[in-house]
Amino acid sequence: MPIGELPLDHLLRRAGFGTTAAESAAHSGLSLAAATDLLLAPERVADDTDTHIGQEGYAAVTPRGTTGLFSPNTVIDDARQRWLFRLVHGQRPLQEKMALFWHQHFATAYGKLAGAVGTIQATKMLALKAGELPGPQGQLELFRARGLGRFRDLLVAVAQDPAMLVWLDGRSNTRTRPQENFGREVMELFTLGRGNYREQDVYAAARVFTGWNLRLSAGGNNQDPDSYYEFFYNAGQHELTSKTFTFAVYADGGHTIPARSAADGYQDGLDFLAALAAHPETGRRLARRLWTFFVSEVDPAPPGFVEAALEVYLRSDTDMTAVLGWLFRSPWFLDLRVAFSRYAWPAEFVARAIREIGWTGFSLDTARSAMINMGQTLFEPPDVGGWETGPAWITSGGLLARMNFASTLAASQRAGIARMVPATAARSADAVVAAILERLSPMTLDPDPRDALVAYLSSQGPWTGSDAQLTTRVAGLVRLILASGEYQFI
Amino acid sequence: MGRITRRRFIRDGSVAVAVAHATPRFLSDAASAQVSAQSGGGRNLVVLYLQGGNDALSTVIPYTDAAYYARRPNIAVPATQVLQVGADTAGRAVGLHPRLTGLRALFTDGRMAIIQRAGYADSSRSHFEGTDIWGSADPANSGGLGWLGRYLDALPTPIDPLAAWNTTRETPRALVARSLGVPAIPDARAYSFASPNGAADAVFERQAALRMASNRAGDRSHLAFVDGTMAGAFGTMDRVGAVADYQGTVAYPTSALAISLRTVAGAIARGVGTRIYWVSTSGFDTHAAQGNAGAGGYANLMTGLNDALVAFTTDLKNQGLLGSTLVLQFSEFSRRITENGSQGTDHGAAGVMLAFGAVRGGLYGTAPSLAQVPDNPTLENDGADVRYETDFRAVYARVLDSWLGVDSRLILGDDFRGQGPAFI
Repeated sequence: MPIGELPLDHLLRRAGFGTTAAESAAHSGLSLAAATDLLLAPERVADDTDTHIGQEGYAAVTPRGTTGLFSPNTVIDDARQRWLFRLVHGQRPLQEKMALFWHQHFATAYGKLAGAVGTIQATKMLALKAGELPGPQGQLELFRARGLGRFRDLLVAVAQDPAMLVWLDGRSNTRTRPQENFGREVMELFTLGRGNYREQDVYAAARVFTGWNLRLSAGGNNQDPDSYYEFFYNAGQHELTSKTFTFAVYADGGHTIPARSAADGYQDGLDFLAALAAHPETGRRLARRLWTFFVSEVDPAPPGFVEAALEVYLRSDTDMTAVLGWLFRSPWFLDLRVAFSRYAWPAEFVARAIREIGWTGFSLDTARSAMINMGQTLFEPPDVGGWETGPAWITSGGLLARMNFASTLAASQRAGIARMVPATAARSADAVVAAILERLSPMTLDPDPRDALVAYLSSQGPWTGSDAQLTTRVAGLVRLILASGEYQFI
Repeated sequence: MGRITRRRFIRDGSVAVAVAHATPRFLSDAASAQVSAQSGGGRNLVVLYLQGGNDALSTVIPYTDAAYYARRPNIAVPATQVLQVGADTAGRAVGLHPRLTGLRALFTDGRMAIIQRAGYADSSRSHFEGTDIWGSADPANSGGLGWLGRYLDALPTPIDPLAAWNTTRETPRALVARSLGVPAIPDARAYSFASPNGAADAVFERQAALRMASNRAGDRSHLAFVDGTMAGAFGTMDRVGAVADYQGTVAYPTSALAISLRTVAGAIARGVGTRIYWVSTSGFDTHAAQGNAGAGGYANLMTGLNDALVAFTTDLKNQGLLGSTLVLQFSEFSRRITENGSQGTDHGAAGVMLAFGAVRGGLYGTAPSLAQVPDNPTLENDGADVRYETDFRAVYARVLDSWLGVDSRLILGDDFRGQGPAFI
């Protein structure tokens, strides 16, 4: 493999979900710089992925609702399959990658939403694609639309997002008895991080967001797919007095949001969110999260990286495309010693496996249900802090779920897997292993694990390369590679 | 950045785990069963975590305190519904939430201990820091090993890879150990190894996978960590498989908590040798819609808790195993005394710990006085929150010294003996 392709593979694993066989061939003339530019400008690529759902040549979906029709705007398990479809077939990989990043950052779980507003409205709040039913786009679509824009704009949009207003109880935040859920988490988890605010800031933040409520469309009800919830500023419920923080809210150093009339009180929240977005600790926190997500989970973010990322973040007015463009071109990212130092999330593991092995006749619902035991159900993070990532994914039960998914996938793709072996290689067990490893590209195997793979091919009799062996043993071989420690890293 | 800290820790800890696994010390099931029999003494500890910050004042209700009703006009449970459990040593009568009928029966049987106002000084209002503090038992430095992890590290080597069993999918801080990665087994039925080519080939695949996982990836500690965890899965799979078809002597509810507890009961009943079980249930972050008149959101949580625990304790009792099982419940904090405008409560301070099974049943500690008056010693934060009376580490110390049979000072790094209630 030419040395120049290695950074490209690294980039496509990190900024995307690996490479399909077809893409691999198409990329042969693509430079790293051109690929980086293309990833950062998803609007240059047509976004017609969803139109291929149900078509020949693509992974299948299995409707999970009672109607038998695929309903990704109103049935959450169908929404999960649509998201997996985009991870596998999407033409805008970085957009989807950042949607996953923001889903973790602003972790919002379906279960509580469904308990509050029913399954249809909860699914709409998380996954409605704009225009397919009445109402504001779902939170995932928000992440896709704004995930590469200014963080400040994203933060404001999330603070007014119906799913978030239910999830952190903003919908019922009232004047006389402000409640603190969103006010606390917006500082602890979404922006500054712990240690950069105090309890009195939580109390003040709760008051800032009084009246940031939710309303159901006129005459609507939760069971009606055409009904919807939307944000509204409930002036009568806004608490009017001034709000003082321990940190500067305004550029002139002022710590106090002034007392305002009910009609003008909406501005309190915008001022506060702008201050949080522009706070250097927010930039540093995002920088560390981006380091963990894109660069390395083996080494912590060096101060030089964090400060350089912060500089880009502030200079660009919190623009994520600017920050990511800088990151992907930075020496930290391009140092290939960081290759395979990131633990694959279950969503990344299944997407990469399907993309590398194939999807003929394979339903994404199989991946969806397998992911439950891997520890990641999309749209159902365990709490507002999101999933524990990195080594925390690696539990014995989670690994067995990955191994067993690999078995199911390999069993379903026998014919395609057998065709991965060139005729010239079929006679030699060693050559078969080499061919499959080149296609699947896990972290480099040491000699002994590699020998274990060669030995496996001959474990039920000498390897001859017969068709029967190719369709059974090579499927087993692929499964062993997907199940290996080496494959759990991207 | 507590989450980052946790990741960093687990990574650093993983190095030790990986090295330990990389040495050829994989135990046969028979050998490890022997080890666990030697060190286990047949006693089990089941830690039950109520995730989100349980509102202790709704679990154990100070129903004779006028301030309870004044400060919770919408969500207070009426005194007539409360399941009375008597008065504490300060003479304050308290009662259980009306949905906890089965637990009250356990209390009456002397199988339940209630430890009021458990917590620590300067209680964290953050879910994540709070959980880390309860998990590490170290408020000053909550990013390190777990208190149960340190206990596991203190067991004689070689440590049985199934010495502890986590029924959740994430490893909690409390179980972070230096010398082993605690297996995560939410469902024993899924803890198996399939093959694309059927059972005969699965044997060869498992051999190959185990050989791959046994590689010494010395210069890549993150890979060695994954390989070590994988080898641990293979090393525990057959024993866990023995639990897969366990149904129990009673019909368990279908809730996730009940399924977890049934799995634990199966492991206890089938004698797999595990000493520490971790069980968790969520939904306790009740900022809104706690409900009123003893019904609604919080009441549903109590029903789920009651029904699952009743099934579990009854199942164990039927098999003569309840006396060798200690269930210890905690939550990362309790909630604000005064309700908010959403019929909910925000993050607070000291809460309640419950213990079941092998306990000296009774009501321990004293209820707070909820009157928001100056110098009320039972409150803090200008009277907004309940102040702790029993340091939770004193409760842990009792568990370590009197149940697990290890010197708590070695595990907790300080002497908390004799400071907590003698509930064991």
